[in-house]
Amino acid sequence: MIGGLFIYNHKGEVLISRVYRDDIGRNAVDAFRVNVIHARQQVRSPVTNIARTSFFHVKWSNIWLAAVTKQNVNAAMVFEFLYKMCDVMAAYFAKISEENIKNNFVLIYEMLDEILDFGYPQNSETGALKTFITQQGIKSQHQTKEEQSQITRQVTGQIGWRREGITYRRNELFLDVLESVNLLMSPQGQVLSAHVSGRVVMKSYLSGMPECKFGMNDKIVIEKQGRGTADETSKSGKQSIAIDDCTFHQCVRLSKFDSERSISFIPPDGEFELMRYRTTKDIILPFRVIPLVREVGRTKLEVRIPTPLNTSGVQVICMKGKAKYKASENAIVWKIKRMAGMKESRISGEIELLPTNDKKKWARPPISMNFEVPFAPSGLKVRYLKVFEPKLNYSDHDVIEWVRYIGRSGIYETRC
Amino acid sequence: MTDSKYFTTTKKGEIFELKAELNSDKKEKKKEAVKKVIASMTVGKDVSALFPDVVNCMQTDNLELKKLVYLYLMNYAKSQPDMAIMAVNTFVKDCEDPNPLIRALAVRTMGCIRVDKITEYLCEPLRKCLKDEDPYVRKTAAVCVAKLHDINAQLVEDQGFLDTLKDLISDSNPMVVANAVAALSEIAESHPSSDLLDLNPQSINKLLTALNECTEWGQIFILDCLANYTPKDDREAQSICERVTPRLSHANSAVVLSAVKVLMKFMEMLSKDLDYYGTLLKKLAPPLVTLLSAEPELQYVALRNINLIVQKRPEILKHEMKVFFVKYNDPIYVKLEKLDIMIRLASQANIAQVLAELKEYATEVDVDFVRKAVRAIGRCAIKVEQSAERCVSTLLDLIQTKVNYVVQEAIVVIKDIFRKYPNKYESVIATLCENLDSLDEPEARAAMIWIVGEYAERIDNADELLESFLEGFHDESTQVQLQLLTAIVKLFLKKPTETQELVQQVLSLATQDSDNPDLRDRGYIYWRLLSTDPVAAKEVVLAEKPLISEETDLIEPTLLDELICYIGTLASVYHKPPSAFVEGGRGVVHKSLPPRTASSESTESPETAPAGAPPGEQPDVIPTQGDLLGDLLNLDLGPPVSGPPLATSSVQMGAVDLLGGGLDSLIGGTNFAAPPTAAAPASLGAPIGSGLSDLFDLTSGVGSLSGSYVAPKAVWLPAMKAKGLEISGTFTRQVGAISMDLQLTNKALQVMTDFAIQFNRNSFGLAPAAPLQVHAPLSPNQTVEISLPLNTVGSVMKMEPLNNLQAVSSRLQSSNVFTIAKRNVEAQDMLYQSLRLTNGIWVLAELRIQPGNPNLTLSLKCRAPEVSQHVYQAYETILKN
Repeated sequence: MIGGLFIYNHKGEVLISRVYRDDIGRNAVDAFRVNVIHARQQVRSPVTNIARTSFFHVKWSNIWLAAVTKQNVNAAMVFEFLYKMCDVMAAYFAKISEENIKNNFVLIYEMLDEILDFGYPQNSETGALKTFITQQGIKSQHQTKEEQSQITRQVTGQIGWRREGITYRRNELFLDVLESVNLLMSPQGQVLSAHVSGRVVMKSYLSGMPECKFGMNDKIVIEKQGRGTADETSKSGKQSIAIDDCTFHQCVRLSKFDSERSISFIPPDGEFELMRYRTTKDIILPFRVIPLVREVGRTKLEVRIPTPLNTSGVQVICMKGKAKYKASENAIVWKIKRMAGMKESRISGEIELLPTNDKKKWARPPISMNFEVPFAPSGLKVRYLKVFEPKLNYSDHDVIEWVRYIGRSGIYETRC
Repeated sequence: MTDSKYFTTTKKGEIFELKAELNSDKKEKKKEAVKKVIASMTVGKDVSALFPDVVNCMQTDNLELKKLVYLYLMNYAKSQPDMAIMAVNTFVKDCEDPNPLIRALAVRTMGCIRVDKITEYLCEPLRKCLKDEDPYVRKTAAVCVAKLHDINAQLVEDQGFLDTLKDLISDSNPMVVANAVAALSEIAESHPSSDLLDLNPQSINKLLTALNECTEWGQIFILDCLANYTPKDDREAQSICERVTPRLSHANSAVVLSAVKVLMKFMEMLSKDLDYYGTLLKKLAPPLVTLLSAEPELQYVALRNINLIVQKRPEILKHEMKVFFVKYNDPIYVKLEKLDIMIRLASQANIAQVLAELKEYATEVDVDFVRKAVRAIGRCAIKVEQSAERCVSTLLDLIQTKVNYVVQEAIVVIKDIFRKYPNKYESVIATLCENLDSLDEPEARAAMIWIVGEYAERIDNADELLESFLEGFHDESTQVQLQLLTAIVKLFLKKPTETQELVQQVLSLATQDSDNPDLRDRGYIYWRLLSTDPVAAKEVVLAEKPLISEETDLIEPTLLDELICYIGTLASVYHKPPSAFVEGGRGVVHKSLPPRTASSESTESPETAPAGAPPGEQPDVIPTQGDLLGDLLNLDLGPPVSGPPLATSSVQMGAVDLLGGGLDSLIGGTNFAAPPTAAAPASLGAPIGSGLSDLFDLTSGVGSLSGSYVAPKAVWLPAMKAKGLEISGTFTRQVGAISMDLQLTNKALQVMTDFAIQFNRNSFGLAPAAPLQVHAPLSPNQTVEISLPLNTVGSVMKMEPLNNLQAVSSRLQSSNVFTIAKRNVEAQDMLYQSLRLTNGIWVLAELRIQPGNPNLTLSLKCRAPEVSQHVYQAYETILKN
């Protein structure tokens, strides 16, 4: 298991060091600094073995988080944990920075003591943690026995992510379907790979312990329900979509999904990511870039056309929007505020190059694109979200539900 | 007010000031001071001098302050054991606190203080906490048992904590179950033979139920534990798989990978004809692909594992090539891994796409990545014959770019393409020769020289080319020197008239001016060959070369099987068994895939039963100390287990054949010594490498067991010569002690009594360690079995020749043979072993094994050549048995 956990600033100074196992000595802290942070060449693996000690690291802006072990630990778990650790810190003090870590070091130590015991990750849901690890420090004498046992029940319980007794005057929930479209296109306009990775993010402000059930136009479900709801499929334009794979927040009952393909859960309070999914079939590609010999592109939207490093001057003419050469980014950035459907736009530019004797080749980075569109490029639709709270006895009719679709560009690239 | 100011105090006399503040009456001031102490501790300053003052702050009802003091204690208690005792009372008191958070905090912290005296006091509170009414305290106490075990294993056993921990597996709270499982798994790792994690269908069922309810981390602990279980038949395996598959949709990649591990392992037991098998294969692909949209570090772990999975079961991901295409922004470690997997998945169906991608990558900037991409193109050519032509032309295009490292890499792979498709693409040689001067890496130079030598007859100026290399002969690396020597000899054999001078020059360079024994030896061999028998030389040097295999860089099958058992862990990231990077006895349990067992066979345990070993005697994992070849000399570690009778060895062979992947565990499990394994590869047609590693895996783990080879009893004294007493016997070695097993048969008509034994002085110094005891008189036609312990303290007399006791030598070797090294030379496995006879004679042996060829070649080196004859005999008896 994890033997120790260190946090460094970008210079390699230790901000936090917590050792869980006897086999990790103080010199481990320095070993990582010398061999990874201060290494002459950039380290080419997130796992480093130094003198039979393994170091796992992730870098979050300019903060290094490193977990150390001498055993054959579950590597995936260690990285998941490090990222979870970042989430928890972000939930407590927003931005993870050297300043914030130093300001909250007592809190972080407290947290590390709680979420990692002898190197085994324990409950790391911020909802639960916030009930008993606070920046003010809880005063044990003020808590009633009732409250204490409620905390422990929640931390260890089946529904560790939600506490009981939440009340809202107005039950409300927001569903965001956020999709990022990833595309890799060859210079000839051939789609090399395209996939949508989507997330359903939910913000719930619901009282009590509401039972929720989420439904979408997943092909398998619709086919399973069969002819009975055939009229429904014909109603909603693009009927159903094939989801390649999806993963769920731990509140979703996985065995139920596996057997019935129904997504049922008791949501955490506030914002959380309900599910992630991935589709590769029938993706609506919102934009296409067709590069010509000289860099040319078409389509609130931004096209980034990389230029060689020795560019000295650029002249661009574009039909729509504004285009600028940004020397610091080695790219021509073309911004278009609005673009109507089925339209084509063109940019053409001439680039002057300085003569150089630099033999290093230009890597020809792909033309990339950033955009946001108000629909889900995968075609995913939310069919229903049922809510039922048995104790307080309210259901989805009494809840205000908001649904929004946002399609964003992920890695949307055209090689040139 | 912020806490960052604590990091900045670097005044002189700081410790003194802190001391004063710690003893202050004001609570706030105290807390500030402790915070400063902790901050200093973090940045590495030694604040242990403040120990008594900090401990004084412990008795407080302020939880935050208490936690800080505890943190300090964990760090410094070890250096101040006497003072740490001062804290015990507070701990014990806190363990009784009405607030469960404080009870848990106390027991958690106490377990982290590694001071012997404290651990004694820990037992009572821990016992209470393990039975606490609050689940939060119980789950903390469960982990504490593992902590205590790490400090003092004996104490944990004596206090009966292990049983309490086992009971917690049935706890009503899922998190308590998960932590108990984690603790037990860890403890079990340091006792590989114990049945601590006594997994049976009932307990498995409990775990599977808890799996649905506990936190993501708990699910990982439980899945990792499940992976160590061996279901009794395929039906049980299937039902577990069915309950584990929902985990594949978990958002936590570690849960997914651990689930994949369980499925990959149990799949081994399912018949391929089963519908469910196909379903499972289909279910595995999407989650694996999804892992690639996680954070880059997780992608890296996933890719390293996918690399293993693709080698084990290529069918799972064969249609998913596209997801492994490299993205521009991928970190380099992700790019390199993706490339590796792309090559493994390349097939006729997708080769066009793959090649287009690889060509794209070859123009990137990262040197390592580009090299790998170029090499990958060559590997595609070798793997998919139809694409070879296209690959070669792609490589030629790349050579035209004149980018130095691209050219060198291309030449290295083109050499391999020539080996695979002889006489097909030689037209490109001219292009290659143009780039001769730009080659500066040994591997590329060696490849180019090989090409020139191999096709000397078609290259007009071959002699000039090679001569140009010869100028700086001594500055070249060995690889290039050897290659150059061979190439020039080839050239000479092909064009003898023009190159006589050149060959003499290289031979003298190699034999007279070089310090490298390899080079010298090769030089002499060529020289003698050429001077004595040029025809033979031609046959040797220009012999037709065997084709190279399609797949390269494959992980050896036994290692692959072992790594599959470690999916998700560091071992799977390093592609090395845990013993290669974990110190000490921990985590070096050798794992293996379960063998396929049909439910119709009503066997106790699939591991032991088909092997014909006594059931229930072996654990399903075999402790091997260290790596296969690591710790071979460490003998007395395995538990003595009586081996199965030799007669079953033929049955054994059949079983091996059926079990395929389980070979390793099977043979390990039955503690068979050399004979069956050595014979197995030949009869199996299985990769000999794996068979061999098993063989010596065995010797290491089993060397001390009686299960090691025991020669059948031979008749030493026929009844005719001894007035009706027939003696047959053999020598065995059991747990390091030699004994003589005798069988006395009375073939006369009278009762025999009063037996005694005397050993003549012998070359091994053997003498009886106890008098011969035959209690009852031996009546006619009755047989008794006696085992007489021997020692080697008797006086040694060298006998000419070493005869009578040759039996001993053969027995002893079987358990005294140590493998020093193993290597694979041109499809032959070479084993280097050392033998030590009990009288201290060392023998070094080289055993050469060719797959498919039942004949073995044995060469020996020894100070006392007299014994070699017996060693030969011994090997023969062992191996032919």
